[in-house]
Amino acid sequence: MPTLLKPFLLKNVQLVDPVAGHIGRFDILIDGDRVVRVGRDQSADGAHVVELPSSFVVTPGLIDMHVHLREPGHEHKETIATGTASAVAGGFTAVACMPNTDPINDHSAVTEFIVKRAAEAALARVYPIGAVSMGSKGEQLTEIGDLRAAGCVAISDDGRPVATALLMRRALEYASMFGMPVIDHCEDPSLKDDAVAHEGAVASMLGLRGMPGAAESVMVERDISMAELTGGRVHIAHMSARQSLRAVRAGREAGVKVTCEVTPHHFTLTDDVLAANGGYDTNTKMNPPLREEADRVAMIGGLRDLSIDVIATDHAPHHADDKSLEFDRAPFGIVGLETAVPLCLDRLVHAGVIGWPRFVELLSVNPARILGIPGGTLSDGGPADLTILAPDESVTIDARSFKSKSRNTPFNGWTLKGAVAATFVSGRAVYVNDRIAAARTLRDAARS
Amino acid sequence: MTAATTLHSRHLLGIADLEPPEIELVLETALAMKEIGTRPIKKVPTLRGRTIINLFFEPSTRTRMSFELAEKRLSADTLGMTTSGSSAAKGETLADTARTLEAMAPDMIVMRHGASGAPHQLARICRASIINAGDGMHEHPTQALLDALTMLERKRRLAGLQVAIIGDLVHSRVLRSNVLLLTRMGAKVRACGPATLVPPGLDRLGVQVTTSIDAALDGADVVMMLRVQHERMSGLFLPSVREYFTFFGLTPARLERAAPDVIVMHPGPMNRGVEIDSAVADGPWSVILDQVANGVAVRMAVLYLLAGGEAEA
Repeated sequence: MPTLLKPFLLKNVQLVDPVAGHIGRFDILIDGDRVVRVGRDQSADGAHVVELPSSFVVTPGLIDMHVHLREPGHEHKETIATGTASAVAGGFTAVACMPNTDPINDHSAVTEFIVKRAAEAALARVYPIGAVSMGSKGEQLTEIGDLRAAGCVAISDDGRPVATALLMRRALEYASMFGMPVIDHCEDPSLKDDAVAHEGAVASMLGLRGMPGAAESVMVERDISMAELTGGRVHIAHMSARQSLRAVRAGREAGVKVTCEVTPHHFTLTDDVLAANGGYDTNTKMNPPLREEADRVAMIGGLRDLSIDVIATDHAPHHADDKSLEFDRAPFGIVGLETAVPLCLDRLVHAGVIGWPRFVELLSVNPARILGIPGGTLSDGGPADLTILAPDESVTIDARSFKSKSRNTPFNGWTLKGAVAATFVSGRAVYVNDRIAAARTLRDAARS
Repeated sequence: MTAATTLHSRHLLGIADLEPPEIELVLETALAMKEIGTRPIKKVPTLRGRTIINLFFEPSTRTRMSFELAEKRLSADTLGMTTSGSSAAKGETLADTARTLEAMAPDMIVMRHGASGAPHQLARICRASIINAGDGMHEHPTQALLDALTMLERKRRLAGLQVAIIGDLVHSRVLRSNVLLLTRMGAKVRACGPATLVPPGLDRLGVQVTTSIDAALDGADVVMMLRVQHERMSGLFLPSVREYFTFFGLTPARLERAAPDVIVMHPGPMNRGVEIDSAVADGPWSVILDQVANGVAVRMAVLYLLAGGEAEA
């Protein structure tokens, strides 16, 4: 994405780039779509000089490796244009989108459509994830090499688990030829059955059918066994149960190539919210379900001790009509792109759970590494994808102001500390937070 | 404990919303309502001019008839809607049905629904008072209230009573409402059922959970049997009717372990020979028909109190 912009110098800004070892005050010179140089005491040399408030933090562009953009097929929930607008408003310069669209992304033609639409939107970078099996039905492998050539960076049957151990085995073997990970939505269908919540005291009292944490962890254990057998790379999507984390730790200790992600809602909320405010708010219904405090605390522990690699949102837009159905009938999922950064800063960084370098690893470095995509660091000559955060700025979540087409969030009205000030993709300010005065200067810088 | 004089909520969504004085108020009011049922003309003008919609998304005979009778005895104008004859069968959403009914300005909506929490969602949309007549596996508050009235009449107290609730615990809204009510009023509850049908975390509600019917019955003042659906009887919950009756069926011999003046209750409809032997159902212990009579009185009390308790009776 070339631009005709004048070079600009982010002067003496607080940078957190653990890959480059740049943690501290640096000057970042950007020309067009590239970072020219990151260093100290650079001369402006004709570039427009931009100074930021000293509290602002600059990071390599954040990457959300688990979103649902809904296009093609479910454009009433989200489109690639609105989903990527939501992404950049949330500080994400890149997203990886799951294949459970209609049609499913099980063919390069669908991948090409997604890539084309993303280019037209020209906001966040979009990396499609292809299906493991045709129609995600668990019967026949997709043309994984062709999907790769069209732009897919990983494969998954997300929304459903990879159906059988044999399919997982073959997918890991086949995808490893192309260096792609297999991402699995881990859930044993027989243990899940028609459950709508976490199996525990809260679901029992509300009379909701529950799925136990073991419904997830038995599948995690299967996947780790298959990854061990094949030497392939498996990535556990939206991990929620403490038993799963235990399995991942054990697998990693045994040398298996397993990585995992957790969502902000699973480290922030528990199933107690299903009973709050009169109960049965369908914006507390997601899959995997919000689990109990012991699970939430385990996820926090995994983020702290490096056993969890990634924070991903599982951004799952749903129309208000669908979410206004009975709890049993309403679809699973919540939007997450525009609440992730405030939740991570408030609940993890400001709470002292993780430091800034770890924040950047979880939200940028590791997603880039796992998917084998550019980013995760600001290198001289590399793409100028960066996120500028206002960590001390207080944010009140207002779903009506979301750029996403959907409003399904349990965090509406929450006040959190930590905001996105601006998002740059290829040197362009694709998002500037107008509620923050100091951020508005960035728009001018990018325009000048 | 002094009884309340009004209910704090304009809905009755569950026992979970009722404080003990409010439970006492409903039971005392129900005792007064019972007297109306003994008059030659069983009708008072209390709810004259009020409109009540009976909205039944699930088949129901006794609960629906009991509510209708209660409404008629209080002179309310009533109309009913059941799934077979309604737009729900045509795919209308609950929210749209609620808004449509709301436009007809009913004073109260009595609702039975297969999804837990459906009346709670309705209550967020409607101005009318919502009475939960059973939602999924969640609550059935008027059932627990009529059960309490029956126990109170027979035992003169609730506090300290040993109550055994036996059967399919996990799918039962009757269980949940009874546990909430009885523990609130100081009774001791033992819940008994096969391990495949025990909801996790039940013990956290102050309930003693056991899979031994003999342990549950030991010295019990009240035995409440829960219906076991036929579809649970062969498959992964239970192997067979025969085996269920062998281990969990209530027989006269088993009942000997209970207190000498034990009473046996059942919310109906009964499966004779499945959870309860006919000799027990029809025996001297049984108060099952008292429950039915008390159902009308309790529902009259709830309707009256939610209407504001403006006595014209």
